[in-house]
Amino acid sequence: MSPILDISDLSVVYRTTGGDVRAVEKVNLTLSPGEVVGLCGESGSGKSTLAYGATRLLRPPALVTSGNVRYSGRRLTHGGHPVDLLAMSHRELHEMRWREVAIVFQSAMNALNPVLRVQDQLLDAVTAHLRLPRHEAREKAASLLDLVGISRNRLRSYPHELSGGMRQRVMIAMALAADPEVVIMDEPTTALDVVVQRDILAQIVELKERLDFAILFITHDLSLLLELADRIAVMYAGRLLETGTAHDIMREPAHPYTRGLLNSFPSLRGARRELAGIPGSPPDLRDPGPGCPFIPRCKHAIDACSDVDMSLAPWGAPVIGDPASVTHLTACPIVTPQVSQEGVLS
Amino acid sequence: MTAVAGVWRNLPLKAKVGAVLFGVFVLAAIIGPQVAPYDPSYANPDPSLLMAHPSAQHLLGTTQTGQDVLSQLLVGIRLTIELALLVGVIAGILSVAVGVTSAFLGGVWDEFLSLVSNVFLVIPALPLLILLLGYLSGKGQLPTIIVLSVLGWPWGARVIRAQTLTIRNRDFVAAARESGEKSWRIITLDIIPNEISLIAANFVNTVLYAIGASVALAFVGLTDLNSWSLGTILYWAESQQALSLGAWWWFVPPGLAVALIGTSLVLLNTGIDELGSPRLRASRGAAKIAGHRIWATDPTPVLAQLTAGRNRVGAFVHSFSRESLLDETPAGGELR
Repeated sequence: MSPILDISDLSVVYRTTGGDVRAVEKVNLTLSPGEVVGLCGESGSGKSTLAYGATRLLRPPALVTSGNVRYSGRRLTHGGHPVDLLAMSHRELHEMRWREVAIVFQSAMNALNPVLRVQDQLLDAVTAHLRLPRHEAREKAASLLDLVGISRNRLRSYPHELSGGMRQRVMIAMALAADPEVVIMDEPTTALDVVVQRDILAQIVELKERLDFAILFITHDLSLLLELADRIAVMYAGRLLETGTAHDIMREPAHPYTRGLLNSFPSLRGARRELAGIPGSPPDLRDPGPGCPFIPRCKHAIDACSDVDMSLAPWGAPVIGDPASVTHLTACPIVTPQVSQEGVLS
Repeated sequence: MTAVAGVWRNLPLKAKVGAVLFGVFVLAAIIGPQVAPYDPSYANPDPSLLMAHPSAQHLLGTTQTGQDVLSQLLVGIRLTIELALLVGVIAGILSVAVGVTSAFLGGVWDEFLSLVSNVFLVIPALPLLILLLGYLSGKGQLPTIIVLSVLGWPWGARVIRAQTLTIRNRDFVAAARESGEKSWRIITLDIIPNEISLIAANFVNTVLYAIGASVALAFVGLTDLNSWSLGTILYWAESQQALSLGAWWWFVPPGLAVALIGTSLVLLNTGIDELGSPRLRASRGAAKIAGHRIWATDPTPVLAQLTAGRNRVGAFVHSFSRESLLDETPAGGELR
């Protein structure tokens, strides 16, 4: 299936007086219709910059220095050709946002206006992007709350009268106001406890099945993605290190960084083992060294690592048949399955 | 020293201009009386020096009675600045004390102190000033300072009370209180440092008010007319028909000095405001990226578009430039 959102070769920098901070460097990522792609990485790895840069939501000093972001939704037919979000004007972007690509922002506490009722905020989104008459817009707002399982009499509540989980649901409802085809979720459950987190994730999956949208799910919680996502992309220091299905990532992680992440939380089954973190801290993005950015923290780093060009290549068994069917890609050519099996890696 | 330089570099341009301008006047206030060429009150009996134009001997000319205007100005700035700063300090301390205590203590104290500041706010200031100073004039600067301070604090007190109310309910203040800190320690270590820019802006504002009010009062004659301040120079110029006689060198310099001091204080005030809340600075104005102005509400700029985005005239002009020889596509085409 052809991707609905195709980010290719995207680089985003922040222009500062101390030089360009290369927050996202030549990233390729695709999102197919109805798919959940998880974007995972530690704080400052460029996950949010990637998503907001692709949708042109970053403020100066951010600057997109290279790449394409092709969007090909069902409704947006430019002669059957995908449109490039990076070539769009302000007005075209306004048309596209919310109706085609919607965003659930991080921390609902800050994203909802504390002095407006929930209803008014939902109406804002509905009237701005759907241009419905007043009474229909009201009905739409109410049905949006139904959608996320909040009772309609909450319409006249203020955000502080709702619990954290409810606020996050309101944010999700608001993003779905214009029936978008792609929803970007930026850590939508980070501030919630695990029980509420689970409820909301179940609801997201259910809504996705019903309304059929694709999700780009940004989080630093890899364990959560293993359960939720169809495909997972692991990001570090502005680069994608590995992409693969959730199964690929969980069963046979290819990149040493992914292995480190997986070793840093306990599994439910199997023998007890010592949890290991990843020592060290990420590099300065103003002046990343040549090759792999993970070298300083990598147990398996060798001299050849600084010549790695960080493009994603298939990992695992040699490709038989259609190369496009390969899902498990890694930027680390050093650690191959053979090396891995020889016991170099734990 | 480097720390000071760092702070200076990060100041908004407005604050820098204001600080330099105000610094010039403070310098004049400090060394003015020493460098004044003549005694400002000395009336030169030479008839050719009555209301003389500016000359090498008298750079700003002379008055009707042969006094040197430059000397009067240099001496007068000191008195005006001195008075204004004193009023600023006294009224500033009063407004911080009243504002912070009323918000921090709350309850009956808050009601009472708010009532007092509201009463002072509604007192019609100018008639009261004229009445009081009419009784007290001839007793030097002290009555003016006291009256202006007493009438100048309530605005600041209200603003600081409001800010303290929001800070008082933050978690770090609650934490300090839970850990058993004494009230005065919470006020001086947790609350006041968080509103220092507000207090500074309020001080600057009060100084501005004091300069305006004191000059106006002196101009109508309600002060000690034997001393020299910017207001009294203007008073004498007005009462001796400088304007109708066309002696611009007599009233323009003190008027300009008042205007410049006021401007510098306004610039300082808005600059301090921006320093205290950097968001004011970030949300205002456009960033410059690759020679283009990008506003905060614009979509994220794309480098290829910025460099290709010359309009037709720009592309035409560009095609003649030497840089166009480096373009891969000629005449400002699609991409560089």
